[in-house]
Amino acid sequence: MTSWLASISPPSRRDRWLQWCLRATAWVVGGILLFLLLFLLREAWPVLRDVGLMPLFDDPSWHPTEGRYNLLPMLAGTLYAAVGALLIAAPLGWACAAYAVYFAPRRLAAWLQKLIALAAGIPSVVYGLWGLVVLVPLIAAYQPPGASLIAAVLVLAVMILPTIILLTESALRSVPRELLHGAAALGLGQWGSLRRVVVPAARSGLLAAMVLAAARALGETMAVLMVAGNVVQFPATVWDPIRTLSANIALEMAYAMDHHRAALFASGLVLALLVIALMLMAACLHSPCPARESRRGRWA
Amino acid sequence: MNHYEQLVPLHAQSRPVVMDADSGRRDYIVTRALSMHYGERQVLRDISLQVAAGRITALIGPSGVGKSSLLACVNRLTDMLPGAHVNGELRVGGVDASHAATDVIALRRRVGMIFQKPNPFPLSIWNNLAFPLREHGVRAKSQLTEAITTALQEVGLWGEVKDRLHAAALSLSGGQQQRLCMARALALQPEALLMDEPCSALDPIAVGVVEELIARLRGRYTMLIVTHNLAQARRLADDVALLWPRDGAGELVEQGPAAHLFDSPRAAVTAAYLRSERI
Ligand SMILES: Nc1ncnc2c1ncn2[C@@H]1O[C@H](COP(=O)(O)OP(=O)(O)O)[C@@H](O)[C@H]1O
Ligand SMILES: [Mg+2]
Repeated sequence: MTSWLASISPPSRRDRWLQWCLRATAWVVGGILLFLLLFLLREAWPVLRDVGLMPLFDDPSWHPTEGRYNLLPMLAGTLYAAVGALLIAAPLGWACAAYAVYFAPRRLAAWLQKLIALAAGIPSVVYGLWGLVVLVPLIAAYQPPGASLIAAVLVLAVMILPTIILLTESALRSVPRELLHGAAALGLGQWGSLRRVVVPAARSGLLAAMVLAAARALGETMAVLMVAGNVVQFPATVWDPIRTLSANIALEMAYAMDHHRAALFASGLVLALLVIALMLMAACLHSPCPARESRRGRWA
Repeated sequence: MNHYEQLVPLHAQSRPVVMDADSGRRDYIVTRALSMHYGERQVLRDISLQVAAGRITALIGPSGVGKSSLLACVNRLTDMLPGAHVNGELRVGGVDASHAATDVIALRRRVGMIFQKPNPFPLSIWNNLAFPLREHGVRAKSQLTEAITTALQEVGLWGEVKDRLHAAALSLSGGQQQRLCMARALALQPEALLMDEPCSALDPIAVGVVEELIARLRGRYTMLIVTHNLAQARRLADDVALLWPRDGAGELVEQGPAAHLFDSPRAAVTAAYLRSERI
């Protein structure tokens, strides 16, 4: 149909402008991303060239001023914190979204949605402050020192919860009404309909919500830095302090020199690649891989 | 009683015309003085419908008159339509189904529904049937297989899908999807089927297949089929009921055996409607 349109009426001057602008914007955005990655690579290059890639993962420790560059404890800290936050926030977020979409009275649901949108917009440093002043002392009273993996997990969970709820809600709302009516007309209960009809129908949206929330948790710097204790170590228990990659960059960049500085950029590169991989997954999952349109048929 | 009768003496009786002489007749679905609102807006007024057991009743009328809404009343799908209120009496299979305490799960198991647009679940062909069966307590694999095979055979889909039962139901054609939805409903061994323009989204060949299937099921199930296609009503229906809008709400102006209604309609609007469709 679109190719018909194109062949019958050649694009007007204005259409051509629009196409040109859209294309340029896309290239600029893509270019910025590429530029960012190249920049990271260039800054990380000295350490990659002189020390190599493997020492970043199998040096005995992270003592960059003494030439030891093991990022693994911090990579582990980053992943533990993000995965832990997801494990806590995901079930809560799903429950909350399902309640808002299917069970809550209309008024309450609207009110909840506004509140959650607001929570999603609160700067992360505020969550960090709350964690520092409320959460860490609470944990310390139970199991010192308080600033710990569990504190990071909880703060991150609270932080990504609104994201999960909002995205899950929109995924649930996109499930066609006919499917729900079909399920109800077969005498299926709410639990069965949710599990076997809604979840499969909304699967790509639900997964995308998880991936975006995970990306946010992986990249979060400030809030985590304020509550995690920032000791470079593999945590033995959830009560141990950790340091994440992003916190490490923020903590050390101010005074890092030479290979130390390059190693920080390398850790930034690792983090960026991790998040980009997640985002690409989200993009792929969200539009369940549409059949490639032929070039001729496209509207551009 | 209601002002419509005072203002417009279209027919002599106070109830919609029921042309029925057959004394052995048993009604499976009966509504009395049923009316329905969406919020403030009334869409059905004073509907007293009888659907004879084991027969095909066509529910006809112009688009927007409330045919789908009336179907939704029968299996209480109205419970999940925002803003929908229903008043009046509804009996299904001799049981009062119009109370808040009515077991709607049991009701919906006895009364299956086929929608205008085929709505298979985004699961495999097999699971589209297995999942509702499991939810209704059929757990044994042998029982599941038996029920699913029978249902698919009943709708003439078995030969087409037996080699790909685990393929996605959405990979089927529109007509196959609609027959799968019928199989899904039949697998639960209902007593009645409500069908809301089951052919309107299908191509002519698929329409033929589905109509043939409906005709084949005659006598085994009580069927109430909405259609705005009068030719289809003529082909399929034993009985016909006509809804007509008045003051924005649908009213039942005439119901009775198809032959009587088509050949010698009693209500003036019926005659006019049939004439208009013929032109
Ligand atoms: N969920 C709903 N909420 C509000 N109004 C509705 C809803 N569904 C249908 N209606 C209205 O009720 C009237 C009857 O609709 P419907 O039962 O779908 O008619 P039909 O099936 O005869 O075309 C229409 O005017 C329609 O706009
Ligand atoms: Mg309709």
